[in-house]
Amino acid sequence: MPVYMSTVRTLMEPNGNGLMADEESKICSEIESLEAEKAQIDLRISALRAQLNSCNSNSNSVRKEESDVTNSGDLRPTGVSSNGQLSADMVYRYSRHLLLPSFGVEAQANLLTSSVLVIGAGGLGSPALLYLTACGVGRVGIVDHDVVELNNLQRQIIHNEANIGRSKVESAAAACRAINSTVQIVEHKEAFRTSNALEIMSKYDIVIDATDNVPSRYMINDCCVVLGKPLISGAALGLEGQLTVYNYNGGPCYRCLFPTPPPTTACQRCSDSGVLGVVPGVIGCLQALEAIKVAAAVGEPLSGRMLLLDALSARIRVVKIRGRSLQCEACGENATMTAQQFRYFDYEKFTQSPLSTSPLKLNLLPEDARITSEEYNERVVKGEAHVLVDVRPAHHCKIVSLPNSINIPLGSLEGRLSEISASLEREGGNKSVDASQGASLYVICRRGNDSQRAVEYLHKMGFTSAKDIIGGLESWAHDVDPKFPTY
Amino acid sequence: MESLSQTIRPGAVNFKSGIPNNNFIEEVLLCANLKLLAMQLTLEFGGGLELLCNSLKIHKVNVDPQDGEKLTMKHLLAWVRTNLIKERPEMFMKGDSVRPGVLVLINDCDWELSEQLDTVLEEDDVVVFISTLHGG
Repeated sequence: MPVYMSTVRTLMEPNGNGLMADEESKICSEIESLEAEKAQIDLRISALRAQLNSCNSNSNSVRKEESDVTNSGDLRPTGVSSNGQLSADMVYRYSRHLLLPSFGVEAQANLLTSSVLVIGAGGLGSPALLYLTACGVGRVGIVDHDVVELNNLQRQIIHNEANIGRSKVESAAAACRAINSTVQIVEHKEAFRTSNALEIMSKYDIVIDATDNVPSRYMINDCCVVLGKPLISGAALGLEGQLTVYNYNGGPCYRCLFPTPPPTTACQRCSDSGVLGVVPGVIGCLQALEAIKVAAAVGEPLSGRMLLLDALSARIRVVKIRGRSLQCEACGENATMTAQQFRYFDYEKFTQSPLSTSPLKLNLLPEDARITSEEYNERVVKGEAHVLVDVRPAHHCKIVSLPNSINIPLGSLEGRLSEISASLEREGGNKSVDASQGASLYVICRRGNDSQRAVEYLHKMGFTSAKDIIGGLESWAHDVDPKFPTY
Repeated sequence: MESLSQTIRPGAVNFKSGIPNNNFIEEVLLCANLKLLAMQLTLEFGGGLELLCNSLKIHKVNVDPQDGEKLTMKHLLAWVRTNLIKERPEMFMKGDSVRPGVLVLINDCDWELSEQLDTVLEEDDVVVFISTLHGG
């Protein structure tokens, strides 16, 4: 039983009228079951289309053989005849491209025979995939190992509510096929690893890095260098985005710019720092644009330059970055990065951070300095005199917090110890507990890492009874109050 | 371009005519002041580095040249560390340079294209420090 009064402001108050509520829940459950059916049908259609495509490509592969040298795969440009003429359907579908004097038939034909691998079907990958498919890239590959979650949908616009819990690759592939069934969509439902990277990437002309972590970025870069593929690299966090093209036309690679990985403390993630959905959306669109330029051989791709987007101030600057470095360990003069070396390179060790985005789990404290959220709940129910300090940043506490907790962000703990002493004294006095015992002190945060850091510090500063609530508010929501919002 | 900049430089004498400019005296004084005055620069922090300096992205600053004449990036970095960075300086610097993962742009150009730490800054230069992002 949750002991706190609901301080949570919910968006929808339940309808007070019992009959209406009954009706509502009936409708909701019918919608739910219909959505599930629909999603099943969509996935089946998507799978059948993929099957149809592979049938077509087998019958077309003979014709393709002479035209594609860099590609070991069987690229099936339906609607392009051997002399480069577009079919009537293709002319109509891509007419707005063909009308562009600076693009035209030639660039469109280049697109139709090109292939792009998108690694990551998240915030960046979503718009990139939609545009690449719509514009008629011959083959689009999607790599991701994750499943769709509700908190993805604010930015990962290729997925929808009906596909929550399903593989992101399946969900994205179905959306792509619904837009353009003439594009060959290849599903790679696996994590991109050194063990499968070379094999997957070798089947594509251009690579889009739409991942969200440091080791993946180094790994994708090195794989592109080894295989000689241009890399369209995008990143977004908070209200900022960055974009550039690596390993293209003599330009630098990722390692030329960043030979040494950043300290892990400098690697913020969207799940910790937040991101405004449209920001990766903008960068993902720009990634599609750069891929299209490279594939169609038009314009000036963003190589040797970097685009920096500051969404809050509506500023975009394009800066000139260094050229290829002769000392680069991946692409320099004495570079040792070969396919063989790549396969055995430990990217997690190199960057000191995990490839998967699972949150950090610290274990700093002895067992007697920690209690579970259930234990804490029991103590509160018993009426134990205590002070609960929430060490999350203030804007986190505005999302949701436990009642009667005092918010003292970890960063300002040092200067606010007197507040804790005062609260302890007040609580101890109020509940007329054994004076020698006094009120107890608990510390909580979102996941239970910062609370351990705080308790460690509090112990040093003489608050020796301070205890950390294991797993933070996430465990409270999981083990004590399932209705408590998580974020 | 050079001759143009000479004609507008404070304290310049019109050597063709041999007659000092009308505002000669004021300009000589201005020139003397300039030597003592700090250099005005625009510093920008992005990619999360702004969190280290009170969440302010753009800083218009006046920095004294170290030997009264020139101001190098090395000196500027030390100045930034002392005057602007409010917390976790290790997130900004390593040794006397920036930490790995930080791009330094001087007037929209990577400092690797100039002299990095030895780059000499000029009045009104814009220096951007940006941490590389990895999210997606």
